[in-house]
Amino acid sequence: MPHQRTHYLDHAATTPMVDAVAAELQARLRDVGNASSLHASGRRAHRLVEESREQLAAALGARPSEVVFTGGGTEADNLAVKGLWWARRHVDERARPRLLTTAVEHHAVLDPAQWLAAHEGAEVELLPVDDAGVVRVDALEEALERGRDNVALVSCMWLNNEIGTVQPVAAVVAAAHAYGVPVHTDGVQAIGQVPVDWGAVGVDALSLSGHKVGGPTGVGALLARRDLTIVPLLHGGGQERDVRSGTADVAGVRALALAVELAVRRREQQAARLRSLRDALVARVRETVPDVELNGPPLGADDLRSPAIAHLTFPGCDGDALLMLLDAQGVECSTGSACTAGVPQPSHVLLAMGRDEGAASGSLRFSLGHDSTPADVHALVAALGAAVERARAAVAVGRR
Amino acid sequence: MRVLAAMSGGVDSAVAAARAAEAGHDVTGIHLALSRNPQSYRTGARGCCTVEDAGDARRAADVIGIPFYVWDLSERFHADVVEDFVAEYAAGRTPNPCIRCNETIKFAAVLDRALALGFDAVATGHYARVVDGPGGRELHRAADPAKDQSYVLGVLEADQLAHAMFPLGPTPKAQVRAEAACRGLTVAAKPDSHDVCFIADGDTTGFLCERLGTQPGDVVDRSGTRLGGHDGAYGFTVGQRKRLRVDAPAPDGRPRYVLDIEPVSGTVTVGPHDALAVDVVDGVLARWCGPAPDTSAGSLRCAVQLRAHGESLPARLAVLPDGAVRLTLARPAYGVAPGQAAVVYAGTRVVGSATVDRTHRARDIAAVGATTMSRHRSREGRPGR
Repeated sequence: MPHQRTHYLDHAATTPMVDAVAAELQARLRDVGNASSLHASGRRAHRLVEESREQLAAALGARPSEVVFTGGGTEADNLAVKGLWWARRHVDERARPRLLTTAVEHHAVLDPAQWLAAHEGAEVELLPVDDAGVVRVDALEEALERGRDNVALVSCMWLNNEIGTVQPVAAVVAAAHAYGVPVHTDGVQAIGQVPVDWGAVGVDALSLSGHKVGGPTGVGALLARRDLTIVPLLHGGGQERDVRSGTADVAGVRALALAVELAVRRREQQAARLRSLRDALVARVRETVPDVELNGPPLGADDLRSPAIAHLTFPGCDGDALLMLLDAQGVECSTGSACTAGVPQPSHVLLAMGRDEGAASGSLRFSLGHDSTPADVHALVAALGAAVERARAAVAVGRR
Repeated sequence: MRVLAAMSGGVDSAVAAARAAEAGHDVTGIHLALSRNPQSYRTGARGCCTVEDAGDARRAADVIGIPFYVWDLSERFHADVVEDFVAEYAAGRTPNPCIRCNETIKFAAVLDRALALGFDAVATGHYARVVDGPGGRELHRAADPAKDQSYVLGVLEADQLAHAMFPLGPTPKAQVRAEAACRGLTVAAKPDSHDVCFIADGDTTGFLCERLGTQPGDVVDRSGTRLGGHDGAYGFTVGQRKRLRVDAPAPDGRPRYVLDIEPVSGTVTVGPHDALAVDVVDGVLARWCGPAPDTSAGSLRCAVQLRAHGESLPARLAVLPDGAVRLTLARPAYGVAPGQAAVVYAGTRVVGSATVDRTHRARDIAAVGATTMSRHRSREGRPGR
């Protein structure tokens, strides 16, 4: 097969590691020392872990004691959703079975919530979103008022991974706190894309992941307020303030902390660059495919959407066919949807936004990152016209 | 050529894809998700379409170095293959779902989509050969007679065959396994699948019972004497010997077989082996690889195969003006079930295929002196009368 240069437009799935982070990770990989050991090597490792904790906390406006390192974003989400629900369901001798989250969460939140419903008696309510994918805060308020004092937890993502819609986290926090309910937010996609100030927003727990911000996979963190009780998922040495056990991944947390710091520090400059690249992408795609539809808030609404994501519906197309055809031309993107056994499912996010199954399965997510260039947009546009034509023909023969 | 390789997760389709790639084609692997509820081996599923099969196919594509995707055709498969399977049994016939799948899914839905997306051909791991003949592309039996699968491909018409690629046609199965091992394909030792892929536990009668419900009926002998009862005529196939649900052995002590299934009353007629003998097979829904044979000047000598891995029987073929076919066998065949395919061969070449509608003894037709044939697929076929 001819192999051309790859144009990677799937940074929301994972983004290449930043050079400085890769160097830091590599430098630490052969260090010896368990951060729990009492000797000099152990102390050295411990010091690196704690410095990382401080660095990460400082980057997000948190206190070091609020940082719980985990094995990635999915673990952080599971720890927050299950751990907080378990801890809160019987607080003050009161049954609090309800768990309020949104219909557009990542599966790392939706699935543990549904697991709690199936196995632990949780009553999960999925809050609706509007046609731009923004959660309806009025529906949250109504849900909180409906069953006063029986809600264990509210979980609302900060930035949607498929569409790029920013959720009104501050309003969600205000509503939930009025009823004394803690709020978890899945911040995996938000860090480095939009301003995330832990202290200012007042959220109670926040998940983040290394590989979405130019760090390594398999390492993440849950920021959690110090006074919050969380039932652990992993029992053992209790290394992370007894909430998470497992030998500290010294190299991993060093790289994570550096990646988060760099992503936050470079955010404003990068967002401006990606925003104009994204706008060019949408405009050029629209020239090629005039009936393309942009999903989510309008491009100008910078406070409401990620600068890096353009989620587009190609009417009459099958997104999977389009993805395959673009892939064959070296242009890599995503249908943004979850897979069951590799079988693409219509996006639950688009369905929640009121789109029909045709639109939900005819959409692609293009997401930009720190190494994206105008050449990537050119390559997409060059390949797209013919691909859309063929993908439409494939849908037409399927209807025969 | 741009080739789409359908990869089931088994050894044959993996080697077929590898050979197509090695031959210099631009190959893309796809796994067809055909089941609505993919299961894993852990939950007891067998056959194709499990999550593990999709994973095996993906891993094989990795090793070969080709792109790989999963195509969800579960809705089409359900409508065209599973529902047809159930309806055929409900009508007292014995369908072959693999043939239906080749006809409506692999070389129709998949092929059409592939062509629309810019592919030139669909490659599968079937054991059959495509040969360029004087009148166009021809389908021939595989070199390995024990593995030959031309029978289940007999429904392919010329436009389908024009885009079909069967890289394993010239090769014995054992060699394919050895080749898979050489190529580092982990599926080299994976067992062949035999069961109907969408019936996970292999219990066809149970599967049909869930969909058709209990339909009690009688098991009778040829004189109409009741010998026993059953819960659904769909549990029987013409020629079946075991599980006949009769209360007493035959008076002569010889084994009895299903001779006929009457779908409306659910009556299953059983009798001795020699009563299964038929030498005239009427077929409908004929599909020809190329133009339909012209038999207006007299029937054609051919060979016919009446079941997968069945023997090839010398016969004469007549194509009637309404498109139905009559195959007159040189010697009797036993246990020919309506609904099965009659695939017509000229030597190793597949001429075409028809669905068995009715079966007869030639002497009975001669005695009655009438050869009217039904256009519809109502089940007749009372052997030996």
